[in-house]
Amino acid sequence: MNITKSIGMNGIVRLLTRNWGRRTVIGIPYGFLILFFSVPFLVVLKISVSSTDELGIHFQDLISYADGIFQLKIKLSNYIFLTTDPLYIETYWSSVKFAAINTFICFLIGYPFAYFMARSPASMRPALLMMVSLPFWTSYLLRVYAWKGLLDDNGVINNILIWLHVIHDPIKMMHTGFSMTIGMVYTYVPFMILPVYATLVKMDLRLLEAAKDLGATPWKAFWLVTVPLSKNGIVAGSMLVFIPSLGEYVIPELLGGPSTLMIGRVLWDEFFSNNDWAMASAVAVSMVVLILVPLAIFNKYRADSGGVRGI
Amino acid sequence: MDSRLGKTWLIAGYVFLYVPILTLIIFSFNASKMVTLWGGFSFKWYGVIAHDSEVVNGFFLSMKIALMTATASVVLGTLAAFAMVRYKSFFGRTVFFSHINAPLVVPEVITGLSLLLFFVMCERLFGMPERGMFTIWAGHTSFGLSYAAVIIQSRLLELDKSLEEAAMDLGCRPFQVFYLVTLPMIAQSLMAAWLLTFTISLDDVVTTAFLSGPGSSTLPLVILSRARLGLDPTVNAIATITVAVVAVGVVAGSLWMSRQERRRAAEQSAAYREGMQAMGA
Repeated sequence: MNITKSIGMNGIVRLLTRNWGRRTVIGIPYGFLILFFSVPFLVVLKISVSSTDELGIHFQDLISYADGIFQLKIKLSNYIFLTTDPLYIETYWSSVKFAAINTFICFLIGYPFAYFMARSPASMRPALLMMVSLPFWTSYLLRVYAWKGLLDDNGVINNILIWLHVIHDPIKMMHTGFSMTIGMVYTYVPFMILPVYATLVKMDLRLLEAAKDLGATPWKAFWLVTVPLSKNGIVAGSMLVFIPSLGEYVIPELLGGPSTLMIGRVLWDEFFSNNDWAMASAVAVSMVVLILVPLAIFNKYRADSGGVRGI
Repeated sequence: MDSRLGKTWLIAGYVFLYVPILTLIIFSFNASKMVTLWGGFSFKWYGVIAHDSEVVNGFFLSMKIALMTATASVVLGTLAAFAMVRYKSFFGRTVFFSHINAPLVVPEVITGLSLLLFFVMCERLFGMPERGMFTIWAGHTSFGLSYAAVIIQSRLLELDKSLEEAAMDLGCRPFQVFYLVTLPMIAQSLMAAWLLTFTISLDDVVTTAFLSGPGSSTLPLVILSRARLGLDPTVNAIATITVAVVAVGVVAGSLWMSRQERRRAAEQSAAYREGMQAMGA
């Protein structure tokens, strides 16, 4: 009793003010994110299972209380539609397919690129790195639009090929799977290059010498030493490419065509063209589920290997 | 591995990264209305966009929102980064972490849709906010904050805590420690976070499309609506100006940062020398 008294008011005040500062530091950003990120998502969740009134304008409350009875009304028809309608199933499949193709091509182009960057003279590396990240700073929308000018029927590439007499009629490239894939690879390849480069540049090159001394050919040393050591970068890069390309809207809208179904674009059309808020909300919820799967795999990998931070 | 293959691969890669941007710029100086056929050099389209009120208004609105977003994101991001690095245990810390990381992986169509539905609900309940600059700002800041927090957090993690402890021992109050010791040390990361969130906001189109109201078309929305209809020489002119502004901004920003870095290194070595001399004496 005496001891607590001897700490006295001064200590308590100090404890309180310290906690006050701490609460502010944590509370302000936390509150902002809860208000503008979590609560909005709960609204989406609610609307996706709400039924509308007769006019189809106002969403009814999920829980109602009348005559002493609580009623919880959840409308699942949107989700049933999502999982049974062939168009939606095809769209999910197609989104995963394009995202996977994109990730794979980004890897094929980006891995060697990062490798050669990391093995170039140390004095050149900052400039090389700067040149990879510079396009990031220019508008993504405009970079996608640029491909429209290149790939169009009377675009730059077709014009050049016709001028060179390689072809007589323009090749149809726009609004196909090809144009969309090239736009996606163009947009996302830096996301593969940068993490792979980060792991490769840190690598201890003496390990390769050791492998050589032990009789490994350069190729064998590459496969058995370099590639496993860059695994963290490959996994991080693949996630950075795969997850955002799943939900891509701008690229399918500007470069895609009728055959390139993407879930992000379907959500947009449900909302803006069909004005079906409940359906758009259900698509949003299902998209989150679709993204949680690779994310969970990635987090498990990260926990297992204790590696790559920073997504 | 073969160094010739390496060089070829790198050159081909950079060509792939830069040719689209270069063609965009070249054809902005095209006199012909046909975007992809060369009709002679001209500044015509720059004159056209200068008198295009949609473009000009969109530009100023985008700049205003980007300034507000970048500033708010850095302030909130600094607080969030401090919470993550300095407070090892508090109620809901894991949830806090996922709140910081989630906006980075959630597709923008979802962010946009959910915020719009949320604001519509608020409007029905409280009669506000109206869709426009505020709602777009809130949307951009909801993910700008996360980007800023991640950048500032990585800088805070590598910070030498003994400097702050020394300041505290010398009688600084917590806020003085932050203002006099911590802030100068993380200034660079704050600048980087500010620039990044500024460009992200300036560039954003999907979230903005959901959150904009009548009369609040940002520049990317104007570009998107024109690009949807096909090739448009005014878009090329806008692109060229954007690239020029961004290039100047990034170069100036990185010059400033490297100067800060050099100055700090010089100050540190000077302090070290003085310290050694004092010890020797």
